[in-house]
Amino acid sequence: MSCIVVLAEHRQENLRDITFEMLTLAQALARQMNLKVQVLYLGKNNEANAETLANYADEVIVVEDALLANFNSEIYRKVIVSTLAEHKPSLLLLGHTAFGTDLAPGLAYDLNLPLITDCIEITYEDNRIVATRPLYSGKLNARVYLKQPTGVLTIRAGTFKPTDTKLAGIVKKKPLPAELKTGYASNFIGYEEAPTTGIDITKADIIVAVGRGIKEAKNMPIVEELAKTLGGELACTRPVIDAGWLPKDRQVGSSGKTVKPKLYIALGISGAFQHISGMKQSQTIVAVNKDPNAPIFNVAHYGIVGDLLKIVPLLKEKIKEIKGI
Amino acid sequence: MNILVCLKRVPDTAEAVVIPDSTGKDIVKDRLTFSINEADNYALEEALLLKERFGGTVTLLTVGPKPAEEVLRMGMAKGADTALRLWDEKFIGGDYFTTAKVLATACQTLPYDLILTGCMATDDGYACVGLTIGAILGIPSAIYVSKIEIFDRRAKIYRELEGGFYEVKELGLPALFAVQTGINTPRYPSILGIKRAAAKEIKVLDAKELNLTEADFQTKTELERLFIPIVESKAEFLQGEPAEVATQMAKIFKEKGVL
Repeated sequence: MSCIVVLAEHRQENLRDITFEMLTLAQALARQMNLKVQVLYLGKNNEANAETLANYADEVIVVEDALLANFNSEIYRKVIVSTLAEHKPSLLLLGHTAFGTDLAPGLAYDLNLPLITDCIEITYEDNRIVATRPLYSGKLNARVYLKQPTGVLTIRAGTFKPTDTKLAGIVKKKPLPAELKTGYASNFIGYEEAPTTGIDITKADIIVAVGRGIKEAKNMPIVEELAKTLGGELACTRPVIDAGWLPKDRQVGSSGKTVKPKLYIALGISGAFQHISGMKQSQTIVAVNKDPNAPIFNVAHYGIVGDLLKIVPLLKEKIKEIKGI
Repeated sequence: MNILVCLKRVPDTAEAVVIPDSTGKDIVKDRLTFSINEADNYALEEALLLKERFGGTVTLLTVGPKPAEEVLRMGMAKGADTALRLWDEKFIGGDYFTTAKVLATACQTLPYDLILTGCMATDDGYACVGLTIGAILGIPSAIYVSKIEIFDRRAKIYRELEGGFYEVKELGLPALFAVQTGINTPRYPSILGIKRAAAKEIKVLDAKELNLTEADFQTKTELERLFIPIVESKAEFLQGEPAEVATQMAKIFKEKGVL
């Protein structure tokens, strides 16, 4: 019987949430399609991780070698292709993460399989695999299907709940073939953390976050003053970091910080999923944006459709009034 | 160092209303403006910076009908040397793979040490065309590259990961890097640059000139339709003039006990 293969994602041997989220999806599809769930784990010797994964799959294939301790797409790609050569999977699932997106195109090419990326839903309809994936920063969704029964899919992080369905699978260990131990053009040097400026926005009760809607550097004092008046910290989305208007440790989102303040004020932020994943657990979310259809309003509790440059100064004055300052 | 940069012309949709058109496979575009895809603009700048440092040429490539030349001219106005537009009616209805195949085939006709693309397009967001080009060409590649250091025939790169971390790795050239936004500060073109670029010839290559056959346009994935996502919950909108909504919001802050 063929199977759905989930590629386990880990960083320095710590399994990442996306692995268990993909297992939820794989288990559901496997039931419908009458397939087995197989997890593929590449890493150095790690019994605990293999055992954990076996709780949620029919089979865990472990390829162990010190060479696989850290993710390296060139090496992982060759090892995965070689491992899957005997039993080609029906579907291969990877996270739509920095790990998965670096690996999936090359894997799909080598396996001669089509690839659909950034999937938020996969359904099996009339013997066909249909993926739903967002476009235009989440303003639209697309239904895309595979024209053949097999393919590689990358799954958006945080879309599915981590699995709690136990399957009691078996662990199968495979040694790394000798011919795959050398001959690589790339080498992993290490992990580096972005420099910090000493501010930890994850500790703040109030966060005033600013996005692309701020338009120009000269407008930054408007939001800085609101943050100061509220006694909160200033944070931002990726475009503000890219423009160099705030340091990297102020970024909220998947490539920045995850925050859960009492109050999160999103100003001129459209709400790309990378940002939303970093702030959706805030207690109260307030958003100001010009576009009434901006995805930020789908997670915000209160919304104002309008220009932040007009609204924020007025809001600051009102708060001063209430606070008596 | 000879560098190829793949650019895409995309609609500016960050603050625009985006709805499906009558075919259900594209969006209504008549009120939208267009520009270079954001990440591609950073790829272009990175190529220009490397050229300034190491010499060589920067060649731009795009897939698209005539209006796509806009982004090539913009790129040449900033300092790219030459540009190629790849287009044929046969490209219509393609997917990520057929697009990558067209670009990779054109890359094969040019000398290169490095190919740069953006990590993702702001329209379809596939984030896989760049690395598929690398796979077709059989060269090492990396996505979300946010720093590139070149020495001899090798590159040391920083790849952005989740949670504020970078993966640092080294690989041999030629290579393809799909760059992350923020890797540099893209320049604006000069007036003189714009004038010079307007006079430059842009070579157009079709399927036949690229030696692509029907088999190269067979897709393995198919877009069925676009739709507006169903929203499960929506914010309570505060209504009124700016001063009124500011008052309402301040009141909410007080009620929530944050003031």
